[in-house]
Amino acid sequence: MLFTQELLDKSSLLRKKWEDEVKRVVAKNPDQKANWSTVSDLDIKRIYGPEDIAGMDFEKDIAYPGQYPFLRGVQATGYRGKYWTFRMFSGMGTAVTTNERWHYLLNNGQTGLSTAFDFPTLMGYDTDSPKAKGECGKCGVAIDTIEDFFDLTRGIPLGKVSTSMTINPPATILWAMYCATADIQGIPLTQLSGTIQNDMLKEFIAQKTLMCPPDPSVKLISDTIEFGTKYVPKWNTVSISGYHIREAGATAVQELAFTLRDGMEYVEDVIRRKGLPVDSFAPRLSFFFNSHIDFFEEIAKMRAARRIWAKGMRERYGSTDERSWWLRFHTQTAGCSLTAQQPYNNVVRTATEALAAVLGGTASLHTNSLDEVLCLPSDHAVQIALRTQQIIAEETGVVNTIDPLAGSYFVEALTNEMEEKAWEYIHKIDELGGMVAAIEKGFPQLEISDAAYKFQRQIDAGEKVMIGVNKYNVENEEVDIPLVEIDETVEKEQLERLAAVKRNRDSKRVKECLEDIKKACEKGENVMPYCIEAVKARASVQEICDVYREVYGEYRDPGIY
Amino acid sequence: MAKKIRILLAKPGLDGHDRGAKVLARCFRDAGFEVIYTGCHNTPEQIVNAAIQEDVDMVGLSCLSGAHTYLYPEVVQQLRDRGVTDIPVVGGGIIPDRDMQPLYDAGLKAIFTPGATLDSIVDWINNNIAAKE
Repeated sequence: MLFTQELLDKSSLLRKKWEDEVKRVVAKNPDQKANWSTVSDLDIKRIYGPEDIAGMDFEKDIAYPGQYPFLRGVQATGYRGKYWTFRMFSGMGTAVTTNERWHYLLNNGQTGLSTAFDFPTLMGYDTDSPKAKGECGKCGVAIDTIEDFFDLTRGIPLGKVSTSMTINPPATILWAMYCATADIQGIPLTQLSGTIQNDMLKEFIAQKTLMCPPDPSVKLISDTIEFGTKYVPKWNTVSISGYHIREAGATAVQELAFTLRDGMEYVEDVIRRKGLPVDSFAPRLSFFFNSHIDFFEEIAKMRAARRIWAKGMRERYGSTDERSWWLRFHTQTAGCSLTAQQPYNNVVRTATEALAAVLGGTASLHTNSLDEVLCLPSDHAVQIALRTQQIIAEETGVVNTIDPLAGSYFVEALTNEMEEKAWEYIHKIDELGGMVAAIEKGFPQLEISDAAYKFQRQIDAGEKVMIGVNKYNVENEEVDIPLVEIDETVEKEQLERLAAVKRNRDSKRVKECLEDIKKACEKGENVMPYCIEAVKARASVQEICDVYREVYGEYRDPGIY
Repeated sequence: MAKKIRILLAKPGLDGHDRGAKVLARCFRDAGFEVIYTGCHNTPEQIVNAAIQEDVDMVGLSCLSGAHTYLYPEVVQQLRDRGVTDIPVVGGGIIPDRDMQPLYDAGLKAIFTPGATLDSIVDWINNNIAAKE
């Protein structure tokens, strides 16, 4: 019990008085609107008090940072020892251009790298595929072979800087390129730190970067988890992502529930398929959340996530290593909260969302640039976004103390409510036979579609507000910000480059390597060692993905709405 | 009863951002149109084939990857190449102002950008698209 009965009785009395006063005032001056709810449409009360969290147990539910259930953070020191990692997602045009942006960011005080790939790379196609036409370098960097990877990482100390790669179906291949590049430079794999997103479940649910069906997709992920556990122990082999689920229109609770249930699915698969004990690999699982515009809802979501994961790991999987109970996460501010109209307002939105992420205890953060609703971000816009993080860290003082909102009647009650609602979803998915089965039935997809449609209707009706879109609009607005453009010469250059690599490599060796990968797939062996050999021989992303597609089959988006 | 307007909604190219397309699919269904949504990752050729086979009254394209400058005109052109002149193509997505005129010049009938309300899109269809007899 957090409170004595005496205090609760007193509170109940005072609350009654307050309620009477509210009634009196509202009778004269009605509220501005009838319903007050979060951006996810979760109803919020006018006030919260001790009675709203009276059922909580301090030791069991709250405790201190670094203590189970890790509501207040996974490590004891908070941001005093080290701020979160300032990690701006970037990638554009060719590997050479992206490498320049990376050096620019590191010189501006960024502390970790994060790679955006272009669509052909993300989907496992080379630039010379007919499917890639018109897409090269458009929303990320084009990587066809390890030669591009050398350019991408030129001058970057791979043993020192941690690098995140947002890559999913071809994650084995891009990670193999990273490992191979380090190996060629004489850097031991044990020194490498970074993250591959490598979370296919959320692709089927939301982002739709698709290649093979769900089951073999999860198998490839389990391969990377096994390989990392054995040889690259500082690498986060999967970044279980709610970001894209939220961007697709999910509510905060749906983001929380589907993401954590995805994580549980991977845990179960590795235990079942690889026979590894949970505590051998679970400490390297990492998470990735969205920070949307509803300030307290986001903070509550992140706090709830830590508690759910800790409980789940301990109670569902019998984990005994505390490090497996830690939910460590990266955050990105919400792209879908930004507006193409009056784009400078996006700086304010992003700052608010970044602040929520920090108060929620994020370990790493990407802040969106004001122009990202329109195009790839310019140097100047990225700098403002990075400075936003630096201002929060070094000027505002919010880092002085850990989890400053703990004990707030409202924040604790909201955290509890989100946890409760998330568990309901998690149990529902258990009943459906797990996440792969739920995805095959279209369950999470339809839940998200419902939420997205409802939100759009609320925006159109003015029930939810987006400034510049449905309120305070500016007629005939002229957007006066410079737009970054990736021109067609990028595609031409990249095509020439790929052709040159293909001309100069030992094609017999490439063929052998691809054959080895095929055999590994057929036998159910771990593909990672074979991928490393193949990329060293200059096999391309698509050539390896074609092997996967051939053995495992190709998955087509069923277009559920 | 009047024939319903039949709409093919499609996402050309490799882009997977389907929130807009799916919201529109529901909206069109609620507005009384017949909707065929083919999911993500269609080539222009697949879209044109589907439009002809399904004998639709309009094709709606959604793309948020920046590849609209190539993909949208390509769909229009391939329809023309197949001798189809009575299926208007409209597009949506993050379309910078500088790309608007070239897309209209390429034959797109309308372009809807972020901020367009669902009702405004439905109204445009009701005013500009007729169900084939």
